[in-house]
Amino acid sequence: MSMTITEKILARAAGKRCLGPGDNVWVEVDILLTHDVCGPGTIGVFQREFGRTARVWNPEGVVIIPDHYIFTADQKAHRNVDTLREFVKEQKLPYYYDPGTNDYKGVCHVALPEAGHVRPGEVILGTDSHTCTHGAFGAFATGIGNTDAGFVMGTGKLLLKVPKTMRFRLEGAMPPFLMAKDLILKVIGDIGFDGASYCAMEFCGSAISALSMEERMTICNMAIEAGGKNGIIEPDEKTFAYVRSRTGKPFEAVYSDAGAAVDSDRVYDVSKLEPCVAEPHVPSNYALARERRSVKLDRAYIGSCTGGKLTDFLAAARLLKGQKVTIPTFLVPATAEVAEGLIREQVDGKSLVEVFAEAGCEDIAPPSCAACLGGPSDTYGRTHSSEVVISTTNRNFLGRMGSKQSRIYLASPYTVAASAVAGHIADPRDYL
Amino acid sequence: MVRDDIDTDQIIPAQYLNLVPTIPEEYTKLGTYALCGLPDGYAPFVKPGAPKAEYTILVAGRNFGCGSSREHAPIALGAAGIRAMVAESYARIFFRNVVATGEFYPFEVGERLCDRFTTGDEAEIDPTAGTIVNITAGKTYAMKPLGAVAPVVEAGGLFAYARRAGMIK
Repeated sequence: MSMTITEKILARAAGKRCLGPGDNVWVEVDILLTHDVCGPGTIGVFQREFGRTARVWNPEGVVIIPDHYIFTADQKAHRNVDTLREFVKEQKLPYYYDPGTNDYKGVCHVALPEAGHVRPGEVILGTDSHTCTHGAFGAFATGIGNTDAGFVMGTGKLLLKVPKTMRFRLEGAMPPFLMAKDLILKVIGDIGFDGASYCAMEFCGSAISALSMEERMTICNMAIEAGGKNGIIEPDEKTFAYVRSRTGKPFEAVYSDAGAAVDSDRVYDVSKLEPCVAEPHVPSNYALARERRSVKLDRAYIGSCTGGKLTDFLAAARLLKGQKVTIPTFLVPATAEVAEGLIREQVDGKSLVEVFAEAGCEDIAPPSCAACLGGPSDTYGRTHSSEVVISTTNRNFLGRMGSKQSRIYLASPYTVAASAVAGHIADPRDYL
Repeated sequence: MVRDDIDTDQIIPAQYLNLVPTIPEEYTKLGTYALCGLPDGYAPFVKPGAPKAEYTILVAGRNFGCGSSREHAPIALGAAGIRAMVAESYARIFFRNVVATGEFYPFEVGERLCDRFTTGDEAEIDPTAGTIVNITAGKTYAMKPLGAVAPVVEAGGLFAYARRAGMIK
């Protein structure tokens, strides 16, 4: 029986020769990812159900990356990180990235592949909905809650329903002013906020092959914004080069069989797409940037697992070089490695740090999730009143960045940077 | 009663995610913030100062619980006193978290009950018959069968189910 990449990974993990959409199977989990917001609750479930002295199923399989509420005075947030530290010590977990030390990384979905924990063909479950990011490396990756995660911690297994596959073929030459964010916002705009509910979103085609690993991550990261269970891209030489540079662990790449049945098949010619935004308050509110020039902005924000990678800052810097921003522009690198890249990488002989400073951006913040999801009231970049924000993040929900009165527009780093210069929503073609 | 696309930030805004659901007093506290992120125009679900909501059934439209995987969302609703909810559809992770925690019954219906109920209507759910009755309006609606998750829901959550099935001790 022909199977899709998602079905084949789940079949292997379930010890079955074949399976199909709708089957409920117990799968063996390779990596369980958690962070400071859901980790303490997951540990609470694990200890309540398996006992105070129980051991995790596989210390090498549990990766804990605190990233949400790190740079805050909130006492409970500090207590939660302490809970993680204590658990890591008790269980002797080798993969913990402690805030305040050189091990600290930042946003878990960028840090996980950086640290070599993402390998093609594996099953990755994480207590965060953007765990779907890791499908960019040809893995099956999806978000789960604390109870499921507590169960995985104790058993290494979880009952999963095999999703139907929706295939998206993105073909054609990518125009230089477009980014992966424009592609995924287009797809979400077409199928709707719940258009991929319970489904695997498989991305393929020449435009996907041409994307860098970081740009592929942006695509898979936002599968959840259409309700997808996972986003996935078949691995190729770029994938192997990235993974091999990060880990020596072996892996087995998996590909969709020719002729595997899919639930739907959509084809896009990316050469015809234009820079876009998602208007408040759902990511499927697609609009062309050039048709929203009347929207005045109070703030621009570049950061998060979606739009805080080195590629995202490089794009912003190319646009901001020699320009001045006219609204407060917040920069939050996803991880410490990205932050180092901002010092090292150059655009026309100037480091990204210099380019951003000369353009008048706010000082670069330390890596974390920061204002992407609001959080404690002292969170960097959080909204507190009726700010209109353009952001490279993933969600424009009501109140998402803190204040219910603020309005969030999602866009690519190019479009956010162009808009930061203009002070209203702008088309990056006017500046590049 | 709430309408379509109620996301997890509306169910429990991120500033309250510093609360850990497995700590009993923080579980209770989460309940007091349930649905406090709803748009202006909705009456408060939990009245200021009240420990719980005065409602035990929540009726919703499409795609309820979209967004984050935060288990704080179904827990906040359960801690606020919700015993069952009936929606046109749920987002995947939220639904799964409701089933795994056993916080309440997540039923689906084939029609837009958010157009047929108003907040404060008296309602009755019969899980065996698979019906929800709007007693105030005198109308009965059929709910969809729970399907593959029914044994987990009936057991009271993932751990209870796995113990019953002999998966864990």
